[in-house]
Amino acid sequence: MAQVFHPRQLLLLKGIALGALLAAIAAAFLYRVATQAPVARNVPVEQPIPFSHKHHVGDDGLDCRYCHSSVETSAFAGIPSMATCRTCHSQLFTDAPILAPLFDTRSQRAPVYWNRIHQLPDFVYFNHSIHVAKGVGCSTCHGRVDEMPLTWRVASLEMQWCLGCHRAPERYVRPRNRVFDMSWQPPANQLELGRRLVAAYHIRGTRALTDCSTCHR
Amino acid sequence: MSPRQPRREFDFSGVPERSRREFLKLMGASIALASGCSRELPERIVPYEDMPEQLAATKSLYFATALSLDGYGSGVLVESAMGRPIKVEGNPNHPASLGATDVFSQAAVLTLWDPDRSQTVLRQGVLSTWDAFRAALTARRSRFASQGGAGLHILTGSVTSPTLAAQLHRLLDKYPEARWHQYQPINRDNVYAGTRLAFGETREPRYDFTRARTVLSLDADFLRSMPGHVRYARDFNGARRPGETPSANNRLYAIESSPTLTGAKADHCRRLRASQIDRVARALAQRLGIAVESPTSVPIEAGWLDACAFDLLTRHGESLILVGERQPAHVHALAHLANERLGNVGTTVQYTNPVLAEPIDQLDSLRQLSAAMAAGEVQELLILGVNPLYATPADLEFARHLQRVPFSVHLGLYRDETAMRSLWHIPAAHELEAWSDTRAYDGSATIQQPLIAPLYGGRSPHEVLAVLAGEFEQDGHAIVRALWQGELGGDDFEHTWKTSLHNGVVPDSAFTAEQVTARLPALPPLRDADSSELEIVFSPDPHVHDGVYTNNAWLRELPKPLTELTWDNAVLMSPESGRRRGLANEDVVEIEYRGRRVRAPVWLLPGHPDESLTLQFGYGRTAGGRIAPGAGFNAYALQTSAAPSFDGGARVHPLGTRYPLASAQMHNRMEGRDLARMLPLSAVIQRTAQGAQPSKHERKLLYPPFASPTYAWGMSINLDACVGCKACTIACQAENNIPVVGKDQVQRGREMHWIRVDRYFEGSDAHPRVHFQPVPCMHCERAPCEVVCPVEASVHDSEGLNVQVYNRCVGTRFCSNNCPYKVRRFNFLQYSQDVPSLNAQRNPDVTVRMRGVMEKCSYCLQRIAAAKIASEKEGRRIRDGEVVTACQAACPTEAIVFGDLNDPASRVRIAKTSPLDYVLLEELNTLPRTSYLPAVENPHPDLQET
Repeated sequence: MAQVFHPRQLLLLKGIALGALLAAIAAAFLYRVATQAPVARNVPVEQPIPFSHKHHVGDDGLDCRYCHSSVETSAFAGIPSMATCRTCHSQLFTDAPILAPLFDTRSQRAPVYWNRIHQLPDFVYFNHSIHVAKGVGCSTCHGRVDEMPLTWRVASLEMQWCLGCHRAPERYVRPRNRVFDMSWQPPANQLELGRRLVAAYHIRGTRALTDCSTCHR
Repeated sequence: MSPRQPRREFDFSGVPERSRREFLKLMGASIALASGCSRELPERIVPYEDMPEQLAATKSLYFATALSLDGYGSGVLVESAMGRPIKVEGNPNHPASLGATDVFSQAAVLTLWDPDRSQTVLRQGVLSTWDAFRAALTARRSRFASQGGAGLHILTGSVTSPTLAAQLHRLLDKYPEARWHQYQPINRDNVYAGTRLAFGETREPRYDFTRARTVLSLDADFLRSMPGHVRYARDFNGARRPGETPSANNRLYAIESSPTLTGAKADHCRRLRASQIDRVARALAQRLGIAVESPTSVPIEAGWLDACAFDLLTRHGESLILVGERQPAHVHALAHLANERLGNVGTTVQYTNPVLAEPIDQLDSLRQLSAAMAAGEVQELLILGVNPLYATPADLEFARHLQRVPFSVHLGLYRDETAMRSLWHIPAAHELEAWSDTRAYDGSATIQQPLIAPLYGGRSPHEVLAVLAGEFEQDGHAIVRALWQGELGGDDFEHTWKTSLHNGVVPDSAFTAEQVTARLPALPPLRDADSSELEIVFSPDPHVHDGVYTNNAWLRELPKPLTELTWDNAVLMSPESGRRRGLANEDVVEIEYRGRRVRAPVWLLPGHPDESLTLQFGYGRTAGGRIAPGAGFNAYALQTSAAPSFDGGARVHPLGTRYPLASAQMHNRMEGRDLARMLPLSAVIQRTAQGAQPSKHERKLLYPPFASPTYAWGMSINLDACVGCKACTIACQAENNIPVVGKDQVQRGREMHWIRVDRYFEGSDAHPRVHFQPVPCMHCERAPCEVVCPVEASVHDSEGLNVQVYNRCVGTRFCSNNCPYKVRRFNFLQYSQDVPSLNAQRNPDVTVRMRGVMEKCSYCLQRIAAAKIASEKEGRRIRDGEVVTACQAACPTEAIVFGDLNDPASRVRIAKTSPLDYVLLEELNTLPRTSYLPAVENPHPDLQET
């Protein structure tokens, strides 16, 4: 059979195919960059004051709610006011240079800008209080914060990840009295325990939990 | 009226042509921009220094205060989201509100955040400072103080504020030669003069519609524009719930000179020229047994008057005659006398002390000021919160006389006409930014508390007056509190003060009814019934009022009741009057009246009296923000102090040009379909007795019925209660971050309102029946929009809500094309502008939509979600009435009921079990969750309306 294409045409076609492939790769790359979360996962995030959850939670044993005081009542868990920090730090480490911004906020009216680690898109309406009330523990989404000298994000926070639990909450829920327990691990019979808790806490069925309107408004 | 062709949807005439090379360059740039912009930027969190009390982030707090219109306050609860006032709700404790609001209260937050508000002190139009102004004023004080205040004049609007009145009285005591003038363009002059004629002293009439079974309105729009109208609308409709107690239904007779919502809701409405209402009032008074000479010719058939008089007389003590602010004093006085004869005083009407602190004749007061300015007697003029250069009768020539005043000061929210021509301009604090107080229609006082510190360093009138009086410079809080300390006094003051602030009403502050004895006033001779004379009627614009809201985009784009016009005003006339002159909608005419001329586009309005023109104030501005100037025409330019309300002798000259107007409804008739239903009361009683009837449309369903096992949300809209005021539309706009689109886009049919109020005329153009029908998304169980969406952006959730997923939407608009109710709205352009101060108004619980996305009513999903979370935390179901949609909350007449259809005791379920319940376009089998109850008319058996 005679050659269908002249070699020069063939070269052109190969070139076009290669170009298309490169363009597709570039487009995929651009898409990833464009939709990337603003803060990388599993990477500690620098903060104006190098606040250590490991020290405050792990070593000193502070309860989550001491600082994140609205976690049980509001959508937002709450960032402590500077006055909360100074309940201890008006006495402790007052001269430490790394704590200087804590006092500058008052004396020089220079606010501290924390870098946000868990950031959801604006069209997602996540509510902390209902998750806490239904037995979703802090560490389920935030990881072992008590072991983080500088905090980082462990969950992807993509919709796929949210749906993982909304489709099968029994795999993640824990008793309410263990919600703030950092060391809680799912027991061997988690599925059995989870099903019991889902019933006891009146967690809605998968259909309702995966309604678009549950998270998007 | 023929349907008007909408503008071409895509108009490329303004798009410059580009070469291919340029196009590629632009494309490259936009791709680079798109990939750069869509990336989510890292956020930062700024913690509080000290957490304010009670303030948990993202949880809204509500504060009770009041918003005033023409001086009269209405109680509101303002939602503050992390310190930002974002939404106004009615205050259930307040007698003028009972939990509902009007359109003006709803729009107040937009005025607060308006980026066009005046932001700096100006001296002769040049930036200055408050300190400089204070120094200048102090320098002037030595002059007027030495002369006992001679030459010092203060102009305010209608003052009901006890604090402001006390400050002014103190100032006048200190400087007896100083003068306080009051002029509000929409004022109570005729009402107060009427009580003076009838009773010999100034009184405030207050009506009780719950007890009125026959109501006669003589040019009084009590459902939409009188002080207390929100309460009146509620009470009137409370006495009109035929489904519940049909025989107790009231009957409304209305005679009006310009079409209003009251006339539209009346069982019997007659449209007359304003000057003829006097005649009718006399003829009726005579039928009621009052010794007046009956006019020889009455422009209404005798049978109508007889029926009306019969109803009034048989409902002794349960009838009511009320007269509008436009009508002259003696008509008011006749009505007072008639009410007394009918035994209504003390039951349906009461007379209290006037709500205005100083109930003077305001027109006369303005005339005196104008004369004093012309004579050069005014050395210092303080203009507090009004705009007399724009909003005063033209013959007083305020602008010219102001030039003779050496020291003029204007305190206002905008750099308006007066601000530009005064020596000093001081930015005013908005009502939501300052301490003050106000009284409602019944005298109830509310202490207005600020929701936020003044955004632009604005001052309240109290603070300016304190400086003028040379008092210690005090903040508004100290001034207002000091007055109430004196009023309420006692050891318990702190408690009373806090209770008053918390509840939004000062306890026991409503005025008590006074004893009155009416006498027959001396009646002026009747004007000739010269029917060839063209009359002119002045009226506030339904939405921008006297011009205070002209820069409020929500109110500008809100279609006006009856005309459905947006963004402009037009001179209204009857279709017949237009036909006689060969005029059609949008034709420009020159109106000539007493030697003054104004050019205006024409709008032919069915139900308008013949040979009469309605001119609405508020447009034709030359300053006052970015959107205020350049639209409509200025009706004040024709208003004279001799006849500020209405007059004959106008002439209309067609100019042969056209001015495009943007109407939100292109078609006025139902064309034989039964969209907005209306039944006579007898039919309602019959149908209620029969019980539910099977629908004439067979429900053929191919698929199993939709199941909502947990909650089944639904809505019922009572068309009998709906008065067409559109408070729902604007409440929805505020709650759901709905953008405004501008006149050009409205002309293309692209307005974004999630709930619209359709208006239909039925019958002749001269005497049409008017129907109102609020139309939100129907949340069809078989939603036609869902099956055509290629990306499943339009889907059902398990509770029966038809939800729109903005992030999936790619903008095909198939859903909108397939929606038989036309409730879907598309963001053709980037309507949600990124303006910092407007962003602060946005509801944080609702996504702001971008260009290319479809949107529509969500049944206030965010409110359902909040209630669901609250109930689930307490381990219970959502209670009936716990979810109140924004439209439902605002509605003055409780026409909208929302709730769970799975709850057999819910109000919405009960409403839907009525045999009168119906859905729109039932034959399409869409099974809407929104259904309607028909309007009910209660005609007099002897009267056959057209």
